[in-house]
Amino acid sequence: MTPGIQPPADSAGPSGPGLASGPEVDSGRLRAEAVTLAYDRRVVAEDLSVTVPDGSFTVVVGPNACGKSTLLRALARLLRPERGRVLLDGQAIGSLPAKQVARTLGLLPQTSVAPDGITVADLVARGRYPHQGLLRQWSRHDERVVAESMAATGVSALAGRPVDELSGGQRQRVWIAMALAQQTPLLLLDEPTTYLDIQHQIEVLELCADLHERGVTLVAVLHDLNQAARYATHLIAMRDGRIEAQGPPAAILTADLVERVFGIRCRVIEDPESGTPLVVPAARRPTGANAAAARPADSPAP
Amino acid sequence: MLVDHNSPPVPQEGAAPPAAPSPNARRAAGLLLAVALLVLVTAASVAFGARTVPPGHVLHGLFHSTGTDDDVVIRDLRVPRTLLGLLAGAALGMAGACMQALTRNPLADPGLLGVNAGAAAAVVTAIGFFGVTSLTGYVWFALAGAAAVSVLVYVIGGSRSATPVRLALAGTAVTALLQGWTSAVELTHGAALDRIRFWQVGSLAAADVGTVRHMAPFVAAGVLLALAVARPLGALALGEDTARGLGARPALTRLAAMAAVTLLCGAATAACGPIVFIGLVVPHAVRRITGPDMRWVLPYAAVLAPVLLLGADVIGRLVTRPAELQVGIVTAVLGGPVFVALVRRGKVAAL
Repeated sequence: MTPGIQPPADSAGPSGPGLASGPEVDSGRLRAEAVTLAYDRRVVAEDLSVTVPDGSFTVVVGPNACGKSTLLRALARLLRPERGRVLLDGQAIGSLPAKQVARTLGLLPQTSVAPDGITVADLVARGRYPHQGLLRQWSRHDERVVAESMAATGVSALAGRPVDELSGGQRQRVWIAMALAQQTPLLLLDEPTTYLDIQHQIEVLELCADLHERGVTLVAVLHDLNQAARYATHLIAMRDGRIEAQGPPAAILTADLVERVFGIRCRVIEDPESGTPLVVPAARRPTGANAAAARPADSPAP
Repeated sequence: MLVDHNSPPVPQEGAAPPAAPSPNARRAAGLLLAVALLVLVTAASVAFGARTVPPGHVLHGLFHSTGTDDDVVIRDLRVPRTLLGLLAGAALGMAGACMQALTRNPLADPGLLGVNAGAAAAVVTAIGFFGVTSLTGYVWFALAGAAAVSVLVYVIGGSRSATPVRLALAGTAVTALLQGWTSAVELTHGAALDRIRFWQVGSLAAADVGTVRHMAPFVAAGVLLALAVARPLGALALGEDTARGLGARPALTRLAAMAAVTLLCGAATAACGPIVFIGLVVPHAVRRITGPDMRWVLPYAAVLAPVLLLGADVIGRLVTRPAELQVGIVTAVLGGPVFVALVRRGKVAAL
């Protein structure tokens, strides 16, 4: 799906805390109840139930094609479930007016198009869409929210620049600023770090953590298990359209789970930087004359 | 973990330009200038023509008509012709802007979805088989043809699941089919050929008050609809998923935009033939001034397109006096080089 951005982290250390799947959380404005998800009748996931805990930074992980982006699309009402339903504040999300949903739930999809020549400020301003109408095209309040969103994502200095001229990391921050301008208590991000180099990945994740601290409930699909473990407060691990475990990373992220989900042997140790679980893939077993050297590793620390 | 965006060495190339006049103030000023230009061109269109009418007589004809020859020229020929140019120009400019936004193709013209071909086929059929000769007769055929083809293209393009590419492909296919029909009728109905050819070049010369009156409600409805979809089209320009995330409804927006294009382009084509070039070049040029925000592109296109259309019409009346050159020809001759320059400059800027 995506170009491998980095190999897993360094090795050594004892095994982390091993626990069974975390308890189901009940209080959540956004939840999926027994949804079956399909594209053109090709079922991708069956009977999924997920609750996004309020105030959490929920991260969905799993191997490619496990259905994690599909789940996010269903939560964002981009995909209508074949069976079951997605509830936002207790109501079926598909039955709510589009703009009302968009005032509660923001979305940063994988594919966004910046129109030719649009400036950063103009793009961020389009995040005000669900707050505007035929008779309320633009207001001082919109202006202020746009300025605040750009400040929060560190792109104020780029306001007058065309988006096409920005680097990948800057561009992603601009898109996040647009989603912020939507002023939603919930924000869904589909692989926000894909195609970014490690520096910009960390930058985007730090920004997400920052938003989370300000009280935004975040749901993100991430590829990197260790980044997920470090930033998430609630982890959902998926494989083959099923949910293998959900709960706080420290409670559910075990060597056993990683093996079940990703099919790799590993150890889970404590991250020396953050104290969160750190997944360390097992060293290659020497199969012949060539003793396996430790693989080059990138530290996930910023 | 608070983010300190300055601590990682993020290259923040060049600070923001100093907050000179806000972009919106600049755009508003530009729009005023464009309106002034339009007033000037409108005046020229009333004042100049094959017959030389002194300025005093022009005013006389406009305000105290007593039925002199000059009065008749002004009131029955030049004023309707100018009104038609204003209406058709604004309609074509806005239709082009909508079409380019709808198909996300900067080079789309209002005829891309077969609207013009539908109108042309209907007019040709009317002339060839039903013996319709008057312009007021064509108008209804042209509108019906444009509307029928729009619906057909929408259905072939996938209705609610239509994508810009599918719509454009469906439009191209239907256009090819209809052009075959149009040519066949032209070749087999020699007597009708001249009238058809005249209509196909595009001209404002046949204008009368009746045509303007027929056209106006369609254009007005189209203008309102186009303005209403300006913001949704802006959201759609960010990609389907992003648009839906923002609360836009892509299927509804596309349907409304197609309806607006059909009304605008159908009415303009019916009255003065397929002058598609205006709808292609004006929105393209306008975006250079305003940026991609449809809320500015549409008003600009509505003002500047009639400037080009009427300007071309006036020139067409003057260069070959007392004969005249059809406006469709003059717009192409005038606009072509401008368009080439725009495209070339765009390339240089993008490199």
